[in-house]
Amino acid sequence: MAQKKIIATASLAGCFGCHMSILDIDERILDLVELVEFNKSPITDIKSFTKECDIGLVEGGCCNDENVHTLIEFRRHCTILVALGECAIMGGLPSLRNEIPLAECLREAYIDGPGMSEANPAGIVPADPDIPRILDRIYPCHEVVKIDYSLPGCPPRADLIWEALVALVTGRELILPYDSFKYD
Amino acid sequence: MPKIVAFTIDGKKCQAAAGTLLVAAAVENGVYIPTLCNYPGIPPKGACRICTVRINGRLATACTTRVLPDMEVLAITPELEEFRASVVEILFAEGNHLCPSCEKSGSCELQALGYRYRMRAPRFPYAFPKRGVEAWHPKILKDHNRCILCKRCIRGIQNAQGKSLFAFGKRGDRLVINIDPETSRDASDDLVRLAVEMCPVGAILRKGQGFDVPIGRRKFDRMQIGSDISPQGGS
Ligand code: SF4
Ligand code: SF4
Ligand code: FES
Repeated sequence: MAQKKIIATASLAGCFGCHMSILDIDERILDLVELVEFNKSPITDIKSFTKECDIGLVEGGCCNDENVHTLIEFRRHCTILVALGECAIMGGLPSLRNEIPLAECLREAYIDGPGMSEANPAGIVPADPDIPRILDRIYPCHEVVKIDYSLPGCPPRADLIWEALVALVTGRELILPYDSFKYD
Repeated sequence: MPKIVAFTIDGKKCQAAAGTLLVAAAVENGVYIPTLCNYPGIPPKGACRICTVRINGRLATACTTRVLPDMEVLAITPELEEFRASVVEILFAEGNHLCPSCEKSGSCELQALGYRYRMRAPRFPYAFPKRGVEAWHPKILKDHNRCILCKRCIRGIQNAQGKSLFAFGKRGDRLVINIDPETSRDASDDLVRLAVEMCPVGAILRKGQGFDVPIGRRKFDRMQIGSDISPQGGS
């Protein structure tokens, strides 16, 4: 048998829904583990790359500096990088804040928001170096690194993810069936 | 009786009454030419350019051109389809189209064209414009983030006295479609429903309802746009 392809996955500014959709391939997951091996991923809980990977699946766009760091790391270690889902492709719901200045967002979240005068009487906006720094806006993945393929959907349908993985792993042409190619 | 003229679309022999607009004549002959700003029954505008075809070699919009004898029309060619895909991508990139949270999703013509062209991500950078939502009108919600300025609403929605509910505001890249507060407040439910239906995207919504068609049964969930006119959605 040919060597197994190595896959890594990450959730940046996403809700883990895309990862749930990966699991939603149901019993085909048994076929998948025959074809691939997972490296860095919330599925394996491997925190840092221990191997170079063939395929990286990235859920979510970049909302803070840690997302950017992780995305660049994925680009370095993955031969093919796939933006998985609307948030990775266009920012998704987190990008609703793109039209609000960052200072206003932080003020609403930590100072002016309901209950904040009791919870945070000193009006402190957290700026600890251990906390990822929030970016001025959400960046779609392809505005940060080169993305090879995008799979739309919120989340992408399991059938679409399956089609794409099989195509990438076996090298056959990717078909995008109408019924599973959706933006919602 | 109007004179019947013969012409071709992508080599297919077609016939229509002289003076018929080319998009409509194409439909009569079982050919789908993608449209977006055009809406049957209201005056054509030629605003979106999606319906661009080659007529005897020259580019023209099929929604504003009337058929003439012996026209040779090219409609579904790789060049023109690529051009249309790029127009769709521009529209997605220049507004704020968050399909997952949009009431029109599944029945939206812009989205349906995105599906037709299997657009995965626009080739243009997202503009993330600051636009806003007008939610204070009693009957209609206007989401400027999703408006593609096709002007269907301006051309097609008038009350019984002939007054328009919608009008232009501002100019250039800040152009918006405004709602007239009085005529929209007094509009009948049927007129509001028509406005929602006429808007190709989710920019005009009826207050107090939404997400009322289950996923799977919305207009374009299973049916590719145009496939009711020609099975491959082409000629
Ligand atoms: S108007 Fe259409 S394209 Fe825009 S967000 Fe709504 S469904 Fe998506
Ligand atoms: S509100 Fe709808 S119908 Fe009116 S111009 Fe905008 S997209 Fe077109
Ligand atoms: S449909 Fe013809 S220009 Fe828009």
